[in-house]
Amino acid sequence: MTKHTVSFRLNGKPTEIEIDPRTLLVHALREVVGITGTHIGCETSHCGVCTVDVDGESMKSCTVLAVQVAGKDVVTVEGLADEQGLHAVQAAFIEEHGLQCGFCTPGMLMRAYRFLQENPDPTEEEVRWGLSGNLCRCTGYQNIVKAVITAGKNLREAN
Amino acid sequence: TRGSVMVSSMQDLNTNEEGDLSEVTKRVQGIGCSRKRKEDPKFVQGRGQYVDDVKLPGMVFVDMVRSPYAHARIVSINKEKALALPGVHAVLTAEDLKPLNLHWMPTLAADKQAVLADEKVHFQYQEVAAVIADDRYIAADAIELVEVEYEILPPLVDPYQSMVDGAPIVRDDLLDEHGEVEQSHPNKIFEWDVGDKEGTESVFEKAPVTVKETMYYPRVHPSPLETCGCVASFDPVKGNLTVYVTSQAPHVVRTVVSSLSGISESKVRVISPDIGGGFGNKVGIYPGYVVAIVASIVLGRPVKFVENRTEHLSTTAWARDYFMTGEIAADEQGRIQALRVNVLGDHGAFNSQAQPTKWPAGFMNICTGSYDIPVAYLNVVGVYTNKAPGGVAYRCSFRVTEAVYVIERMMDVLAHKLGVSLAEIRMRNFVKPEQFPYDTALGWQLDSGNYHFALQKVMDAVDYPALLEEQKVKRENGELMGIGVCTFTEIVGAGPTRNCDILGIGMFDSAEIRMHPDGSIIARMGTISQGQGHATTYAQIIATELGVDSDLITIEEGDTDTAPYGLGTYGSRSTPVAAAAVAKAAREIRAKARKLAAAMMEVSEDSLEWQEDRFAVKGVPGMEKTIKEIAAVSYGQLPNGIEPGLEAVNYYDPPNFTYPFGAYICVVDIDKGTGETKVRRFYALDDCGTRINPMIIEGQIHGGLTEGYAVAFGQELPFDADGNILGNTLMDYFIPTAVETPKWETDHTVTPSPHHPLGAKGVAESPHVGSIPCFTSAVVDAFSHLGVTHMDMPHTAYRTWREMKKLGLTQIEDS
Repeated sequence: MTKHTVSFRLNGKPTEIEIDPRTLLVHALREVVGITGTHIGCETSHCGVCTVDVDGESMKSCTVLAVQVAGKDVVTVEGLADEQGLHAVQAAFIEEHGLQCGFCTPGMLMRAYRFLQENPDPTEEEVRWGLSGNLCRCTGYQNIVKAVITAGKNLREAN
Repeated sequence: TRGSVMVSSMQDLNTNEEGDLSEVTKRVQGIGCSRKRKEDPKFVQGRGQYVDDVKLPGMVFVDMVRSPYAHARIVSINKEKALALPGVHAVLTAEDLKPLNLHWMPTLAADKQAVLADEKVHFQYQEVAAVIADDRYIAADAIELVEVEYEILPPLVDPYQSMVDGAPIVRDDLLDEHGEVEQSHPNKIFEWDVGDKEGTESVFEKAPVTVKETMYYPRVHPSPLETCGCVASFDPVKGNLTVYVTSQAPHVVRTVVSSLSGISESKVRVISPDIGGGFGNKVGIYPGYVVAIVASIVLGRPVKFVENRTEHLSTTAWARDYFMTGEIAADEQGRIQALRVNVLGDHGAFNSQAQPTKWPAGFMNICTGSYDIPVAYLNVVGVYTNKAPGGVAYRCSFRVTEAVYVIERMMDVLAHKLGVSLAEIRMRNFVKPEQFPYDTALGWQLDSGNYHFALQKVMDAVDYPALLEEQKVKRENGELMGIGVCTFTEIVGAGPTRNCDILGIGMFDSAEIRMHPDGSIIARMGTISQGQGHATTYAQIIATELGVDSDLITIEEGDTDTAPYGLGTYGSRSTPVAAAAVAKAAREIRAKARKLAAAMMEVSEDSLEWQEDRFAVKGVPGMEKTIKEIAAVSYGQLPNGIEPGLEAVNYYDPPNFTYPFGAYICVVDIDKGTGETKVRRFYALDDCGTRINPMIIEGQIHGGLTEGYAVAFGQELPFDADGNILGNTLMDYFIPTAVETPKWETDHTVTPSPHHPLGAKGVAESPHVGSIPCFTSAVVDAFSHLGVTHMDMPHTAYRTWREMKKLGLTQIEDS
């Protein structure tokens, strides 16, 4: 298969990879770039543990070809924290015990990061619907909902 | 009944936990604190390390060719096209494993399981050939090129047909040369019974009230978000084998891999890294692991195996599949005189049920529940069918899910027959607080409990009488509202080595604690977390025992080169067994610290008292040595006869299991148009004795209740008549999102385990075990006024609608 060169921004940095056209974005991130926070939990696009942010939208990276992100801006869980420390969603997941095994967490965080920009002051019901593309087997969601509401509150207060 | 409830000794049950803790405990974040998790910073930054994150030089990938049929003879396998594909290194079949005697492997249930199918396949998706290629994309191409010719055989799908004349024989490998087997039928795996059969029969003959119900606990799957996988790396120069694996019992895996491969245990290193949930699915050894190990030995390079979700749901350890008949004999007041339970267990094609060796039906004999039952009898028959192996998984505590389901369902049936409430029938039969330790009719000794108080607390919290009144009114209006009750007793912490072993290894567990010169600590245990927060909670125990800030305590598990030998984490055994070892090892360190403190202050040991983080001379204010000061001295110049250093190891053989309990109440409303059930309220009280970290317990409860909701309302892995597994992807297999998942209300009481060093009991499986019968209880209760005594799970809208149709409830009125 002819390799394609794909250039995109990854967590704010220009990135270039050589890949087959059929390579899924999730595998390109995990195996070609070598950042492994983004996970794989199914092959039917349900679980959302592979969720990343592409040009301001939440995307399941198992359902996007890596060649499709050419020229785009991709953010993964590794890009959430900055020099100031953890992002509000990361801090809130710790504070509210919104994770156990941690496998869904990167996808949940990336979805919550985008969701709170779409809806900065959500109700509990809106959080539940807003994160319904992300499955979790450990938490029963209740503390994840709390964490997203807490993160939203902290983000509003910081702005 | 309120007057009969024992509350006098329980005044401490509602205390504010954090408020009662000492200043030192709060400072060190010890037992009882809702300490934030030490694991979280890495996980929220994508810095966990799970199996598929492991990348080693020269690593190749293995993928499986799987059977499209449930039962078929393998006529031929043609590897040529696959081997011709660039990037393919090998294609292995049973022929390649035979010389190593690894085409079959032993199971935890003393049966054997095919690694790669030899003469025939026994279930759909069974491993037939393995392709090893440069990466997973090439491996996936190559498996399409392997050509397998099959001769289809009739499959055995219905376990009730397994022992009839002419039934297809699942396991001809077990027949002797005359086509005979030890068991009465080739498809029969075992028959196991316990209790007083004749005594039970004679009570049933005379009892004024008897009830009987049959029920099916459907085949479901734990389905952790991370599937199973491994990276096997054999170093041909050193002769060492390293295996990174999704294992809940890495030391057991090491012992087994060593015995299968002939490599001594000291040269086998098994590492369970971060695991993305286990839920019992990751206890056993799967063919993929064996193939990766063999391939690594053959190729002399690392080999990775990671299965996909379909393979995971279709071939790894599923749960339940018990067909149960329960019977209760009682007096006119509903006081139980005897219990009889018969079970037919569908085990699939190989009996690979994860179990302590002597317990072929796990601890199903806890099915006398929370009730004072004078005599009982349990009989379990296990059979083979053309399905994947499994049975014990998914927060089952070794079949306790099934045990609690059958007794709780039968309590409801008895209540219905007598016309008393579901709560009342339980109050009349509970083991009383003063009866503990209580010997059950089926052989367990319950350690402690206060069931009346717990149920009453929940009834008060939800205003049970008002709910019954509301239900009465709704029934008059033709509406369907159900109030479910479950009051369960768990049995966790396997277990005493006198009757519990895994492949001959007693079910102890262990802790090793080492204090550094600066007073910080590294500690390792023989268990392995899959998200339950061990790195946090074990540190809290040490923090309290030694007065060391839990931030300064590093906890590690899962590396068999460094962690002490343990049996792993399943059956909610970590707190009962390993946490007991942690406490005892910490106390050994404290005992040595006492000697050192006495020498340092030149006083007798008797004159010292431990004050949370220091030894103080009684009656002499200011004369004291902190554990940190003692640690420094332990590495310096020591009094005669004291070894340098400050560390201890404990291997803990528990004297008994722990028996946490719970009282759950659920309220449902059922839509008469669609059959859809809405959980209006779910209130869960759990009592696991001393609570190490209330925040973490609550998270375990939320997760377990959500699993229970999934099992009760949607999950199943059915098979068609040809043995095709159905619904084996997330297209159909029900995993609730945040939208479906109900809100959970939790509560607790504290009834410590008298035999545990900390008074702590296990708890993680309780919410799964207890919630499922509570949901069924609520759904059935919505129909109980119409004579319905039981409805099988899952309670999907379709199935509930069918029940309504049978009852003539589904006429749609014109609006």
